[in-house]
Amino acid sequence: MTETISPKMTEASRFDLVALLTRHATLVALFALIAFNVFFTNHFLSTQTLNVNLTQVATIVIVGVGMTLVIATGGIDLSVGSMMAISGAIAPLIFLGTAVKISEIHLAVAAGMITAVLVAGAFGWFNGWLITRFRIQPIIATLVLFIAGRGIAQVSTNGNLQPFKLAQFQWIGLGRWFGVPVQVVIMVALVAIAAWVLRRSLFGRQILAIGGNERAARLAGIPVASVKRWVYCISGLCSGIAGLVVIAINSSSDANLVGLGMELDAIAAVAVGGTLLSGGRATVTGTLIGALIIQLVRYTLLANGVNDDVAKLVKAALIVLAVWLQRQGRS
Amino acid sequence: MDSAENPDRQNLLSMRNISKAFAGIPALSAASLDVGQAEVHALIGQNGAGKSTLIKILTGYIGRDTGEIIFDGASFEARSPQDAQAKGISTIYQEINLVPYRSITENICLGRESRRFGLLDWNTMHEEARQLMARFNIDIDVRKPLLAFNTATQQMVAIARAIGFKAKLVIMDEPTSSLDEREVAVLFEVIRQLKQSGISVIFVSHKLDELYEVCDRVTIMRDGRTVKTSDMKSITKIELVASMLGRDISQVSKHATAFGGRKGKIGEVLLEANGLNAGHKVQNVSLSVRRGEIVGLAGLLGAGRTETARLIFGADRMHKGSLKLDEKPFIPAEPIDAINKGIGFSSEDRKLEGIIPEMSVAENMTLALMPQLSKLGIVEEDQQRAIVEKFIARLGVKCSGPGQRIRELSGGNQQKVLLARWLAMNPKLLVLDEPTRGIDVGAKAEIQTIIKELADQGLAVLMISSELEEVIEGSDRVFVLREGHNVAEFSGKQITEAAVMAAMAHGSDTEKRA
Repeated sequence: MTETISPKMTEASRFDLVALLTRHATLVALFALIAFNVFFTNHFLSTQTLNVNLTQVATIVIVGVGMTLVIATGGIDLSVGSMMAISGAIAPLIFLGTAVKISEIHLAVAAGMITAVLVAGAFGWFNGWLITRFRIQPIIATLVLFIAGRGIAQVSTNGNLQPFKLAQFQWIGLGRWFGVPVQVVIMVALVAIAAWVLRRSLFGRQILAIGGNERAARLAGIPVASVKRWVYCISGLCSGIAGLVVIAINSSSDANLVGLGMELDAIAAVAVGGTLLSGGRATVTGTLIGALIIQLVRYTLLANGVNDDVAKLVKAALIVLAVWLQRQGRS
Repeated sequence: MDSAENPDRQNLLSMRNISKAFAGIPALSAASLDVGQAEVHALIGQNGAGKSTLIKILTGYIGRDTGEIIFDGASFEARSPQDAQAKGISTIYQEINLVPYRSITENICLGRESRRFGLLDWNTMHEEARQLMARFNIDIDVRKPLLAFNTATQQMVAIARAIGFKAKLVIMDEPTSSLDEREVAVLFEVIRQLKQSGISVIFVSHKLDELYEVCDRVTIMRDGRTVKTSDMKSITKIELVASMLGRDISQVSKHATAFGGRKGKIGEVLLEANGLNAGHKVQNVSLSVRRGEIVGLAGLLGAGRTETARLIFGADRMHKGSLKLDEKPFIPAEPIDAINKGIGFSSEDRKLEGIIPEMSVAENMTLALMPQLSKLGIVEEDQQRAIVEKFIARLGVKCSGPGQRIRELSGGNQQKVLLARWLAMNPKLLVLDEPTRGIDVGAKAEIQTIIKELADQGLAVLMISSELEEVIEGSDRVFVLREGHNVAEFSGKQITEAAVMAAMAHGSDTEKRA
């Protein structure tokens, strides 16, 4: 049996510096990484470096926003990468005129983007339906689409690569608004909205209550099933948007590659960001910071001539460290 | 302790002055338990009396703070349940802890497999398993997986496993709770056989009738102490109940609680439940609650009180029966339906079903009220703060502020926050399951006062409590449940400890005896 520390002792230790640092460990780590790069990496302080890092991190954060909400309810979504592939397959089918012909190009692009994102959202809702209707564990339920999703994307494109060069669409991955890459603007907007929803809205409270204690939430009259379905639907919508960004950057849609491994990157960002993996406590800005840390570590290692495979090891170590810190914080 | 020592019976097990505290809160205080050779010894007590803690210490599941254990003539110390089993103490749990997908043989022999030339000797093991099961007159294919058989057979397998391990003492934790009458009879036959072959049994059960059938002696626990040990023959059911509840039948203390002095007027019937059924836990339960009335629901553990309350709140599925609220039919499929009709429910398990530990006092308090507190999906923080501050002051919640995490509060203050969760929505009916369990004496009295004042103001209250004085002094009417059935209803002057206890112990035949 574990010994209990008297409340007074814990109270006192709260005030020391170590505790303060662990509490804001993610921010401290981010600043340490930036400081390290300022001194040791050439040309680090330039808008180009900033933009490179932000564009690379944007899709992870966009997916991570949905993932944060899912994890806040105590669930997990393994199917995000597959839903990106589905969205990435559907949009070109429409704006290239393969599936339906729309003569006005702006209309075709709009129809393609909206349909793609909505379909991804519908698949997300399906995840939530599996989980709530049949009480399947989220990790298993979303494994279904993790496996089947990429197949669905392949089948809908007959396995064809869909290349395109279409400025009317590719602004989402290549364009800039006031000098800021568009996907970075989308990322910041989504983070802001989700952070606000979690803090201030009824829906946010319901999410956190379910993750914190599902049985108590139900007895307090919270519509657990419907909240969960919406959360998984949102995760699908976010994945759909991220899928569009990825194919816009690539100038082509390859159902085999779009969003590959994204579920792990997104979960890693959420974990490093300080969201409780068991649910009930979540921070969307933390996910943003978490993704930035992972990105910066990789960038730092690459910029200083370290192999990408080694960078993966470091990423893994970061996740272990983050989970360990969470444990420390709880006990 | 007035133990009925039998000089010619040598003790197989002797636990002396066992104490154990969790996080500074005592779970056992100098508890003692003696079990003779070839004796069937009942261990009874209410929830939280310390039975399972005592057994967990004996079987090496947890350590003890103080005290000594003598088993089979020597000092005994089990490091783990496996260790206890190896030393001759086997436990058969409520939820059978065997491997469902493996064969009967494997389950019986797991951990002491016969080997020949380094390989498992299946023939020997199957034969051994068959012989062990044959002792209970059970002839089955021992090669089939365990899950192919019913609970009763699985239990026999667990017992056979214990015998296979040469157990001298078998602990059975509520072995009859999921058996039907015929299966119970078979189990009792097996227990008698064990006894004949010199094996002792500790029998934990809440069904008092069973104890008389199969047990030699009984030890009663309350509040972490072993309060009484007696021969089964020389103790009545009423005495058993009285000891479990900590009552002395001859002396009835007045006003041990903060109830009493009710001022409000009792109005018309608000809730009417007719013939509620849910599995074998609730069978044909009927009750009613009037406005401004506190109705107590009494009964022993497992009598179906919590299950009945949950049906009224829509937390569990009702199989049969009808509910009426304000004379209109009322069918709650989910808790939200009951909440929308003005019913609040506070669960007996604060941690598991009440608080959301990571959330603040304010968030916990307004959880049920949230939809009314938000406009267009946005929480109105000012309004929320006003309500939270009002209830913190009104109920005297001790916290550093509305933003403090609820898990940092004491049990009593958590309970007040949970009460406020329902009071904030101005309910018509409050269902309180063990509202004062596990909280200190001061907070207890405060909560009792609050409940009384609310009823005085016209709130209907359905209260479950395992503390007899709370039911007796707090209730305007009392319904007694026993093994899933309504057995008695008392009101006004009829509500006496003797009457309620008699109904809890004997059920409906009380009237005949009285």
